[in-house]
Amino acid sequence: MSTTLETATNPENLRRVAIDPVSRVEGHGKVTILLDDKNKVHQVRLHIVEFRGFEKFIQGRPYWEVPVMVQRLCGICPVSHHLAASKALDAIVGAKHLTPTAEKIRRLMHYGQIFQSHALHFFHLCSPDLLFGFDSDVSRRNIVGVAEKYPETAKRGVLMRKFGQEVIRHTAGKRVHGTGAVPGGVNKSLTIAERDELLKGIYQMVAWSRDAVHMIKELHHQNPELYNSFGAFRANFMSMVGYDGGLDLYHGTLRGRDENGNIMFDGVDYRNYTDLIGEEVKNWSYMKFPYLKSLGKEKGWYRVGPLSRVQNCDFIPTPLAEIERREFVAYSGVMPMHAPLGYHWARMIEMLHAAEMIKDLLHDDAITGSELMTSGVRGIEGVGVIEAPRGTLIHHYRVDENDLVTMCNLIVSTTHNNQAMNEAVRRVAQQYLNGHEITEGLLNHIEVAVRAFDPCLSCATHALGKMPLEVEVLNEAGEQLSSLSRSAEGVVCSLN
Amino acid sequence: MNPDKQTFTLDGKTIPFCNGQTIIQAAMDAGEYIPHLCFNPEFKPHGSCKLCTVKADGRTTASCTQFAQDGMVVESNTKEINDERRVLLQMLFVEGNHFCPSCEKSGNCQLQATAYELNMMSPHFDQFFPDRPLDASHPEYFLDLNRCILCSLCVRASRDVDGKNVFALSGRGIKSHVIVNAQSGQLGDTDFAGDDKAAQVCPVGVILKKRVGFSVPIGKRSFDEQPISATPHPVVKEA
Repeated sequence: MSTTLETATNPENLRRVAIDPVSRVEGHGKVTILLDDKNKVHQVRLHIVEFRGFEKFIQGRPYWEVPVMVQRLCGICPVSHHLAASKALDAIVGAKHLTPTAEKIRRLMHYGQIFQSHALHFFHLCSPDLLFGFDSDVSRRNIVGVAEKYPETAKRGVLMRKFGQEVIRHTAGKRVHGTGAVPGGVNKSLTIAERDELLKGIYQMVAWSRDAVHMIKELHHQNPELYNSFGAFRANFMSMVGYDGGLDLYHGTLRGRDENGNIMFDGVDYRNYTDLIGEEVKNWSYMKFPYLKSLGKEKGWYRVGPLSRVQNCDFIPTPLAEIERREFVAYSGVMPMHAPLGYHWARMIEMLHAAEMIKDLLHDDAITGSELMTSGVRGIEGVGVIEAPRGTLIHHYRVDENDLVTMCNLIVSTTHNNQAMNEAVRRVAQQYLNGHEITEGLLNHIEVAVRAFDPCLSCATHALGKMPLEVEVLNEAGEQLSSLSRSAEGVVCSLN
Repeated sequence: MNPDKQTFTLDGKTIPFCNGQTIIQAAMDAGEYIPHLCFNPEFKPHGSCKLCTVKADGRTTASCTQFAQDGMVVESNTKEINDERRVLLQMLFVEGNHFCPSCEKSGNCQLQATAYELNMMSPHFDQFFPDRPLDASHPEYFLDLNRCILCSLCVRASRDVDGKNVFALSGRGIKSHVIVNAQSGQLGDTDFAGDDKAAQVCPVGVILKKRVGFSVPIGKRSFDEQPISATPHPVVKEA
């Protein structure tokens, strides 16, 4: 683990290159790089300018509004916020155990979300990089280019995402920003017609998901040097696992491993997350840097998301995904895989798992049941944790005697991965930018590293290959020496 | 004149009416929709929202207060009048804090449904973002005054039906607001009760039963099933 490029020793004598904006759904981000006269990299920072206003303006609102309100944090993974908030607020209404129908409808909604988000990320946003090359012709490096050269792949991507969205629609009422989960349960189950409609498509989805795992696996095998080393760094892992140690994206306990794969903590009740995790503030970023308190700020940072989850669990409780997990672990060898591009492989294994889980749930009679709600002794505080598509998501609320929220704390997966994404960007800058003239293709290498972690960020930055970017080279006086821009249409030109 | 056969025309359709009926009352009885918010057939008209404005024999008037007259020619569903209604709606939206995406009344809200009906695509005007309180002091109901459109239906229901005078309008002009009848200004300190008529009449999301939230799924809410124009007497679903 290393943070050596976080702060340059003598920044006043270095040129500053800024990639600004690295736009994203929840705000803006930028990458700044400090170079010396020989273009040697001395400092690299990924700054996420994130407006966390939700934690404030949710205060004073009735708690039952929260699951619907906070999901507006995101347009890609609203279901994750919707469910994490609902889980937290189950404690407020005293719902210790949901009805079987409510639990399974929520899980179905969640796996639909995982399925559509992973499909979107892999096929729409990342496959252009992986299929054409990181510095390939920018005019083709997008989903339209994929559709032209690999029409079947593009078609599957679109249809898989659509299927996941349909699962969400049937469980939450809408494809985006539905209302299905409520404190204490859900507001609807599936009708027989809705279930049968989904059953018609699920077997194809399982098959296509398996093909997608094979596709990314093949890419790793074809170019192991690139895939194993691109932006690679060693880090701790953290994720939620089921009570039996298996992969469970909806409920369980927290487990952490060190960079060698040894378990550091296990079975941690997520309601005690504040004992486990601290958050550091750095003066150059609006996003906090979470760390494991037991290891301290310097060594306690960690990585979340598919790469962590697939290596952190003991097994995956669906057969096809478990076969793929074992192959993934065997490929990594004795040590865990730390390469950021391994996220894509792990993500596809999770997508296959989500498809299998959807299939199993569609065959469960409970999803058409009528017992939707439960309640018990009123509580005043609740914590809900869920494994969102891109990592561990924590929601924490306190509610007063008049039913109004008095405290809200959210730690989203992007925040957990803050230091890890910075490290990946630094490694890529060291590997590819050191001593080189800046080109659009080199810029995209940095984006590829960010994109591997977080579709919330990468979806906006990638913008289907049309992310507007401006890079400026400034002297120590802040005067612009040269600059390069890429327009929303993908046209790259010098501004001087 | 035969009082049993009095009629007027509404956008060319013949509407029968009885002596003493207003235009909107007769139209509702005939199954015709005239947009409205502060009007409720169970209460004396207030004539404040002006959404029900029509042209009667060429004169602009509120159809909730204008008595129908034999042979009257009434225009309602015209581009000119609907354009003006849309502006009124836009002003109502920007004067309050109407955040439909997270409002539990969404799908059951007459303001929202009327905006859909009249193809209001944006608020158009700058938002006022007023600082209005949320009163959750009552154990079973809460008031979110961010959404108040000053229709006064709660005032009329509490006064005329419940006999309690729990609600009143206070202030003038843009500072007009609903108050409750308690020294503390808190609903919890009034004699308001869940079975009061005033608890049932709010056309927007101000007076709401607690802990109901989003218990009615999307697709089953009042205006999911049919537009407000097909529901002359909106019946808002209780969970």
